[in-house]
Amino acid sequence: MNSAGPLQRRQRMLNQKKLIVSHAPFWHDGSSITVRSYHTMLAALPAALFGIFTYGMPALGVVSLSISFAIIWELLINKVTQRTVSIGDGNAALIGLLFAMLLPATSPWWMVATGTFVAVVIGKHIYGGIGGNPFNPVLIGVAILMVAWKDYFDFNEALVNYDLKFAMVYPLAAAKHLGTSGIEAFSTAGLLLGQHSGGIGATFGLGLILGGIYLIIRGFIRWEISVSFLAGVFVTALLFHMSDSSLYAGPVFHLLTGYTLIGAFFLATEDSSSPVNFIPMLIYGAGAGVMTVLIRNIGTYVDGVVFAILLMNLINPICDKIRPKALGKVV
Amino acid sequence: MIKRSFIGLTKPILKYEALDVKTPEPTIIQEPKKVSLLIDRTYGFKDTILLKSGDTVKTGQKLSVSENSDAYVISTVTGKISSIETLAGDYGKTFTSVSIEVDENEEIDDQFKTLAAEPTLDSADNFLSGVPGKPSFKIFSDPEKPINTIIVNGVDRDLLVGTNQYVIKSDIDAVKNGVRILKKITGIDNILIAVPQNLMQDAIGGGAQVVTVDSEYPATLPAMMMQSILGQILPAGQSCEDMGVCFLSAEAVASIGTAFEEGRIPSTKTVTFINKDGVKSLASAKIGTPVRDIINAFGVTLNEKDRLISGGPMTGATLYSENFPVLADTDAIMIQDRDNIPFISDYPCINCGECVRACPANVPVNMLVRFLEAGQYEEAADQYDLYSCIECGLCSYVCVSKMPVFHYIKLAKYELGRTTSAEATNA
Repeated sequence: MNSAGPLQRRQRMLNQKKLIVSHAPFWHDGSSITVRSYHTMLAALPAALFGIFTYGMPALGVVSLSISFAIIWELLINKVTQRTVSIGDGNAALIGLLFAMLLPATSPWWMVATGTFVAVVIGKHIYGGIGGNPFNPVLIGVAILMVAWKDYFDFNEALVNYDLKFAMVYPLAAAKHLGTSGIEAFSTAGLLLGQHSGGIGATFGLGLILGGIYLIIRGFIRWEISVSFLAGVFVTALLFHMSDSSLYAGPVFHLLTGYTLIGAFFLATEDSSSPVNFIPMLIYGAGAGVMTVLIRNIGTYVDGVVFAILLMNLINPICDKIRPKALGKVV
Repeated sequence: MIKRSFIGLTKPILKYEALDVKTPEPTIIQEPKKVSLLIDRTYGFKDTILLKSGDTVKTGQKLSVSENSDAYVISTVTGKISSIETLAGDYGKTFTSVSIEVDENEEIDDQFKTLAAEPTLDSADNFLSGVPGKPSFKIFSDPEKPINTIIVNGVDRDLLVGTNQYVIKSDIDAVKNGVRILKKITGIDNILIAVPQNLMQDAIGGGAQVVTVDSEYPATLPAMMMQSILGQILPAGQSCEDMGVCFLSAEAVASIGTAFEEGRIPSTKTVTFINKDGVKSLASAKIGTPVRDIINAFGVTLNEKDRLISGGPMTGATLYSENFPVLADTDAIMIQDRDNIPFISDYPCINCGECVRACPANVPVNMLVRFLEAGQYEEAADQYDLYSCIECGLCSYVCVSKMPVFHYIKLAKYELGRTTSAEATNA
């Protein structure tokens, strides 16, 4: 066969325009992890800012420190493990922000540093970084702190020096120890508008709901998880309330206090540790909701959101096996 | 490029191109000085080569490289063979490229003309498998997989492409002839024409039952059409031909019609040209025309690091050179500016579930891609429905991590295919 010699062919290739060759598809919808992280932070901002205005400089300190530390830990672990620097995707900053929102405004600096270390390094990077974590990193951080330094997480004790224009008793603690009589001071409107004590970014119900709705509409979180989580809390609390209304608080109270709302919209919906199929999402969300109220009403902890979601993170991989049959699959 | 909408709650909606009410007029690309024709390379190294440089060929002449191979190409021009080379294609495929310098005095080879009066499957198989639209006739003579239904594709496989719709709109008579001849030579009476809603009226003249196809991607992929038109679900890992259904593009059917009606082999391909800014125009060019000629005809400059695509934005294939010729199945030529090329990343899956919701075949892409990344193709096929994939590319399109998901899937299928054929040879 008379074909062009290799030299000749190479010469011709050198003179050619070099085009980008790659595999289909050639379009992308423009979404990215960075956009996702920053919009989630944006949605969390109203509640976080409200907390900062309520608790002043100490709260601002905790939030800033937490975000900075989360980013620093991520950068350090990137360097130590010699992987690409991943702080640009905004996930570390998001972990830092959400972590701070769960803390009392008076948390000492070393607690913030330890908590973010646990969240970013032990919660996320040990499993291979973003997407590999079986548990919500923020909740791992908080859970370790709650077990290690219980007193700092007692909101009544932590916020004892604050005298704001509302009852400074932590609503869930009051409900647990005093029953329904202890929570008469809290109106639904007051709880929605943040007239109660708690974590920096966890008290402003309205802000969290608006942020959550924004995330749902933009498709950054999966509505099935949030809705079923809230439904789980509501139904279980309602059943308890119906069985003994003097001992157990009503469902609306449970929805608006503690970490319920931030849990429903920002924590339970963490991508890697939650299911993606429809039925599993409902099971996961509802399960976490039911567990939350069970821990609050029967368990020893005042708030159950942290452990309830961590527990459901555990069943996520098995749960997510319930899925629609693939096209043409012969079983 | 269609970006994610503000409201990301719903699945992405990608609409197919709908042709204007007025039939567009394709730009005629001038006959080039030199054409190159590609022949599938299926012969062995020891086979005698039938062609050599300096041979003269006539328009319509059948060119095969070797006696032992039945792969051939029909010359679309008259002229002298200037070079014969080997070209590499996707997935290890190789072609023999025959370049012909065009002579202005066209001579027509009349071998086919004598056969055209009496259409048979044999003469179609021997002369028409390289006509515009690239029909395959081999499948009709496979005794193990009898075909009982032919679907004439008046829809285009990919977004932005309007080639087959144009054929339905402008040349329904040829389609009608093609349908008639197909019925005669294959003996299959069950022929359907699938068109988008807006071409329903145009397609009635085709002499076959008309069915409409949804206008939302990926409704025109064969597996989806099997389901929506015939109500049959394609079993994972099988092809439509295994189920007795054969898809032929409207352009192919029209070419068959014209060939037998006029006694000459059609050689002009309708191509949708998609500009850098997404503007679409139609062109008609001889098969074998270098892609460069089409780009020049529309006054577009192709720069270094741009992307040149044969086919549409979701399922096309990139070309590495603008010298690459227009082939019988090149429905579209698309150019992407280097500033608009979305790059893929090496980020891991974050399990956001966008792909799972976008997948029309219910494949658990989030799990699948984890196995594919690790190279565990067999597990991926056994447990996570690799073979249910209908290759629409939506998973890569929506991926938040910008993973090359579709790429991984194609690679896995290719690798598994190689192992199976190696096992079959060794057994």
